[in-house]
Amino acid sequence: MSRYFRELSVVAALVVVLVAMAIFAPAFFQPQPLLSLLTREAPTLVVACGMALVIIARQIDISVGSIFSVVSVCAGLLAARGWSLALVLPAAAGIGALLGAVNGLLVAGLRLPSIVVTLATMVTLRQGLNMVRQGEFVNMPDAVQWFGLPQASGQWLLLGAALALLVVLGVAMRHVSAGRFVYAVGTDAEAARLAGIRPQRVTFLVFVFIGALTGFAAMMNIAQSPQVQPLSGMGLELKVIAAVVVGGVAISGGRGNLWGAFAGLLLLACVAPALTHLHVEAYWEKAIQGGIILLAVVADGLRSRKANH
Amino acid sequence: MPAAPLLELRQLAKSFGGARALRGVDFDLCAGEVHALLGENGAGKSTLIKIVTGAHQPDAGTITVAGTAVADLTPAAARALGIACIYQQPALFPDLTVAENIALRLESGGALRRLDWTTRTQRAQELLQRVGARIAPATEVRRLSMPEQQLVEIACALGAGARIVIMDEPTASLTQTEQHLLFAVVRELRKSGVGVIYISHRLEEIFALADRVTVLRDGESVGTHPVTAMDEAGLIRLMVGREVKQLYPPSESAAGETVLALRAVGCAASGVRDVTLELRAGEILGLAGLVGAGRTELARVLFGLTPADTGEITLHGESVTLCSPQDAVARGIAYVPEDRRRHGVVLEMQFEENMTMAIHRRLFRGGWLRFGAERALALEFIRDLTVRCAGPTARGGSLSGGNQQKVSLARWLATKPKVLILDEPTQGVDVGAKSEIHKIIRRLAKEGLAVLLISSDLPEVLGMSDRIGVMRGGTLCAILPGQSDPHAVMATALGTAAKGTA
Repeated sequence: MSRYFRELSVVAALVVVLVAMAIFAPAFFQPQPLLSLLTREAPTLVVACGMALVIIARQIDISVGSIFSVVSVCAGLLAARGWSLALVLPAAAGIGALLGAVNGLLVAGLRLPSIVVTLATMVTLRQGLNMVRQGEFVNMPDAVQWFGLPQASGQWLLLGAALALLVVLGVAMRHVSAGRFVYAVGTDAEAARLAGIRPQRVTFLVFVFIGALTGFAAMMNIAQSPQVQPLSGMGLELKVIAAVVVGGVAISGGRGNLWGAFAGLLLLACVAPALTHLHVEAYWEKAIQGGIILLAVVADGLRSRKANH
Repeated sequence: MPAAPLLELRQLAKSFGGARALRGVDFDLCAGEVHALLGENGAGKSTLIKIVTGAHQPDAGTITVAGTAVADLTPAAARALGIACIYQQPALFPDLTVAENIALRLESGGALRRLDWTTRTQRAQELLQRVGARIAPATEVRRLSMPEQQLVEIACALGAGARIVIMDEPTASLTQTEQHLLFAVVRELRKSGVGVIYISHRLEEIFALADRVTVLRDGESVGTHPVTAMDEAGLIRLMVGREVKQLYPPSESAAGETVLALRAVGCAASGVRDVTLELRAGEILGLAGLVGAGRTELARVLFGLTPADTGEITLHGESVTLCSPQDAVARGIAYVPEDRRRHGVVLEMQFEENMTMAIHRRLFRGGWLRFGAERALALEFIRDLTVRCAGPTARGGSLSGGNQQKVSLARWLATKPKVLILDEPTQGVDVGAKSEIHKIIRRLAKEGLAVLLISSDLPEVLGMSDRIGVMRGGTLCAILPGQSDPHAVMATALGTAAKGTA
């Protein structure tokens, strides 16, 4: 089982936290607040799945927060104009995919480093949105919130959709050719090319994919409130990258899986509510999350050092 | 000849893993001498250089510099002893100026010391003048041509007070005029009492420049002679002259119909030009040539990595364009690349994952991986190619060189190719695995595969090939029959057989 040691250790850490909560703050496990917590994290999970793919392919996408905001506002405006959800949902994913394709074209087509490309698109999209919208909120028809369902049903639907996506993608990464190609390209793009894989195409598609997932996630987010906040995606990229890295996806590509990313996300998401229940000041949240990330990165560093000696 | 030579090597030996790179080399270098070092690919020249510059430690033997025995030579110690090496690809910082590059090599002191720009520039100017380079010290290195960069390297060596200068194929990328400039500098060095070790494949350079020549063969020095006492034929005899020690499996196949035909194929980007050849089913066509002769480049053209821009390629009589590896694979061309650790095998991936990489479309229709089918195929190839590994889930990185090569081979055999291009299939492979790979290649040819075998191991090419193509300067210059005389092949590869036409 040493192959999945890294993922299992994150799960173990998560279990420790949950057991500690069960002992010291059983109120944490009240169903309704817990469901709300998980539902709030559902869009993050969807983006994290995409980010795991991108990082396994040895790229990074820091523009997801901005794409998230742009899609949220666009989808909100479409919904406000009376588009039905059946149309807004694919439109949101489509806009996201389009923005992702821009990143993908620049990275795969021009072979530019993805950190710089997505930094540029992150700033451009964010500032463009601010300029056009001046920070204005979008009010949406009631039919959008919780997809017109009662709140609890809506929450279950969102959570179920996110988990279903996770399972499908997690299985696909191991059982579908495309998944293996992503690993191959992330491990050694030149070797993959000599084996007849097109690394540039894989890279491009991975960016399109994370764009589409981000668009979908934005939809899942605006369904949770009556208004669209244009700043809703701020900092999303850091949260998602942190979850993926904590979950054992190697930032150097080629290693990790979605299950680990999921565990990493849960671990980081637990911190804030746990602190509240334990009556610790909320200021500690970021510090603890930072500590977890540092620990994960150090563990990876030690592992790869050991592997090289 | 002065009493104590500048450099004296006695019975130097060095092994890497199981492979013995040097097995008792004697060599000496006097002040004011240009001493050429000659040998086939893999004869041990680069290992020797790495030992002299302190990059490798010898397993046995002594190194004496100017009469003093040195042990535990490190790169820094070698520099301090006045040993400098000019590589084919100069290792300068492209964004810094010439003066800064020279200063980086020569100045010492703390990170916070005060820099004296005037002295720095002056010294650079002076050194550049000594090597006869008309380069302004303030020029950024990126703006210099390759030979100019080499001159800067030589200037650095001189500035460091080098008494022993090693030049490793310095003219490989130079034009005729640039070569003459470099020769003048080398002669100038000799006059000032520097000892130069000069490595080159070009015999005419050695006759023009060197005082003595030492020939290495299979990690041994087979003789040091004054250049005036040698002729080209004699040198080639020394380089090649060996019994074929290893037995190669006999050819059993009769060449069938022509599978692959090239007519005047060229690729400007990779320097391949005007290659015409025919490859028949059941035939092993060996490609001999020196490093840089264009053999790997030709293979990359055929595999669509650097598509041909002139000429015509026909497969089974049908004209084809090969613009990507996908095209080549679809047409039944397989390429087992050289340097398998970097390009052939993904070290982090399992045997079976590595093996099926090129056949996903066929093995996993619809894109759904069938692990059972994958495992069965992997087991089949493990048995068939006698791969020694912990099983189909063994990581590529855990296998020995020979077994990695078999993984790479298995990947491409699984595509059921018509044409198999093997690039240095036995490089860095131990003797046992080598003969196993030879047997496999023979068997594949017998089964009707057309094999293009690129190898720098001359006995291997001679022993395995039905016909031998010799490449030089990016083109195929001759096709010789199998079992050819090694001297003839070497002479063709060196270009001495067709003198006056170059």
